Amino acid sequence: MKLQGRRIYKGKALGKPIITNQNISFYGGVDPDTGVITEKGHELEGKSVAKKILAFPTGKGSTVGSYVLYRLKKNDKAPAAILNEKCDPIVAVGCIISEIPCIDGIDIKKISKDTFLEIDGDNATIKMKKAN
Amino acid sequence: MQINSEEKDMLNGKFGKAIKKSMEIITTLGEIYGAKRLVKVSSVQVAGVSYENLGEAGLEFLDEMAADGRVRVLTTLNPAGMDLENWKYLGIDSEFAKNQIRVIEAFEKMGIISTCTCTPYFIGNIPRFGEHIAWSESSAVCYANSILGARTNREGGPSALAAALTGKTAEYGLHLDKHRIPELTVVVETKISKTYEFGALGKSIGDEVGGKIVYIKGIDDASIEELKSFCASIATYGGTPMFYMEGISPESKIIKIPKEKIKITKENIEKSINELNDESEVDFISIGCPHCSIKEIAKIADLLKGKKVNKELWITVARPIKEIADRMGYSKIIKSSGAKLACDTCCVVAPIKGRFKTLCTDSAKGCYYARGKNKFNTRLNSIEKCIEEALN
Repeated sequence: MKLQGRRIYKGKALGKPIITNQNISFYGGVDPDTGVITEKGHELEGKSVAKKILAFPTGKGSTVGSYVLYRLKKNDKAPAAILNEKCDPIVAVGCIISEIPCIDGIDIKKISKDTFLEIDGDNATIKMKKAN
Repeated sequence: MQINSEEKDMLNGKFGKAIKKSMEIITTLGEIYGAKRLVKVSSVQVAGVSYENLGEAGLEFLDEMAADGRVRVLTTLNPAGMDLENWKYLGIDSEFAKNQIRVIEAFEKMGIISTCTCTPYFIGNIPRFGEHIAWSESSAVCYANSILGARTNREGGPSALAAALTGKTAEYGLHLDKHRIPELTVVVETKISKTYEFGALGKSIGDEVGGKIVYIKGIDDASIEELKSFCASIATYGGTPMFYMEGISPESKIIKIPKEKIKITKENIEKSINELNDESEVDFISIGCPHCSIKEIAKIADLLKGKKVNKELWITVARPIKEIADRMGYSKIIKSSGAKLACDTCCVVAPIKGRFKTLCTDSAKGCYYARGKNKFNTRLNSIEKCIEEALN
C-alpha cells in the first residue's frame, strides 16, 4: 500500500514504524541523548524513537524542540523519518536543520505497526510492506 | 509560493551552505502556512542563547551556520545563561562559562550583536510602525506587535537566525492584515497598577483565552515597564503573539472591536496572584524579567540606598542600561547593598536549578519558569515588596 503526503523535508528512509495518536514535545518530552520519550503519561513513555519511522499527529511545546531533534541526530538517536498529520514549525525546522526526512498530510491511522515502511521524502510517498 | 531569482540562488546554494539551509527553513515554513511570497525584514532578535538549552549539538549547529553565514540585517541576541563579563559572582561554574562563551562567539562571528537582552527595544533595536521583522523571544514579539505596531510571527531560534542570514521571512500570519484581527474583547473591570499586577493580568487573560488575539478595554494608563511585564506574561501563559490595548496599541483605533466579550474582575487578578504565591520561605529575589529599564534601576537604587540585603538578590538588565546606571551611581548603591546587578542573563535562562527554594519576583513570567524549569516555589509581589523581602 502507498500513501501520498506533502514534503516537509527531503530524503529517503527505511524502517519500522513507531506510532502514537498523542502529540509530541521534543523539548522536555524526549531525552536528547537516548531518544527515549520521557513525557509523563505519554503512551510512548519509555520507548525509543531512535532509527524508527516516527508517526504522530503534530508537535507541541517550546521552540527549543527543534534543537532537540538536532541533538538526537548528532547522537545517532534521531528517528529515521517523521510522519505527521499536520507538521508544526518546531518539528519542521528541527527536520530541516537535522536533515531528517519528513512528510505531513498523512492519516497516521492508516499506518499499521506490523509493517516495514519505505519513505521517499522527495516525492512525499510512503510504501508499506508486511514486516518479515 | 513565488520566489524571485535571488531567493532561488540562495535556495540553490549559490551564497553558501548557511544561506541555503536558512532559505530551506524559510520557504518550508512559508509553504506550511500558505505564504505567497517572501518579504524583507528590517531587524531580527535571536533566542536560544543559553548553553543550557542548546547543548553541544545546538552549538555545533551554530558553528556550522557561522562557517559561511553573515547577517544581512540588524540582528540582536536574547539573554545568555550568565553575565558574560562577571559570571563567577553569580555562582556559574567555569565549564558552563567556557561553553556559553563559545555560543556567543559563534553568534558574533555571524555579525549578530551580542546585546544579550530580552528588551532589544530599550537599546537600539526598535522597529517602527508597520515594519516587517523576524523576532523570537515571546515577550519581545508581543511588545513589537502590540505596543510598537511592527509585524512579526513568534519565531523560534533557528527560524529567526534564518531570517537574519537571508534578510527575508515568509509572508504569513502576523505579517498580513487578515491575521491581525482580534477575536475577543476583554473588559478589565478593576484598576491595574504596578508591574506585578500587569503580570497577573497577563496570566488571567492568557489562562482564559490561550493564544487568541484579544482587544483589551479598561486600561486607562500603563507605563512601558508595566507593558513589558504584561507582554511577557500574556505570551507565557497564553502563547499569544499579540493583543490590542485600547488607546495604547497603535492599531487599536483602526481595528473593529470584537462583539464577543469576557470580563476580568478583581477576583480574577487576586486568583492569579494567589496561584503564584506559595507558602514557603524566600531565599532568592530577582527583578528584571524582562530586563529592567533605567527608570526601574533608579527606583531600586533608591529603595536600597544605605541598606544591606540579607538574601540573594539579582537585578538583571541590558548592558547599555547598566552603563548609564554606573554613571548615575545607581550601580554603586546596588552593589554596596550586597545585591547583584547582572547583565546579559536573567533568572529564567541562568543554570540555577536546585540552587534556591523560593523565588520572589515582580514577574509573572519569571514565576512560570521558576516553577516549571527550576522547580522553585514562587512569590509574586511589587518591586517595593521584593526589595523589602531581600532586606528582611
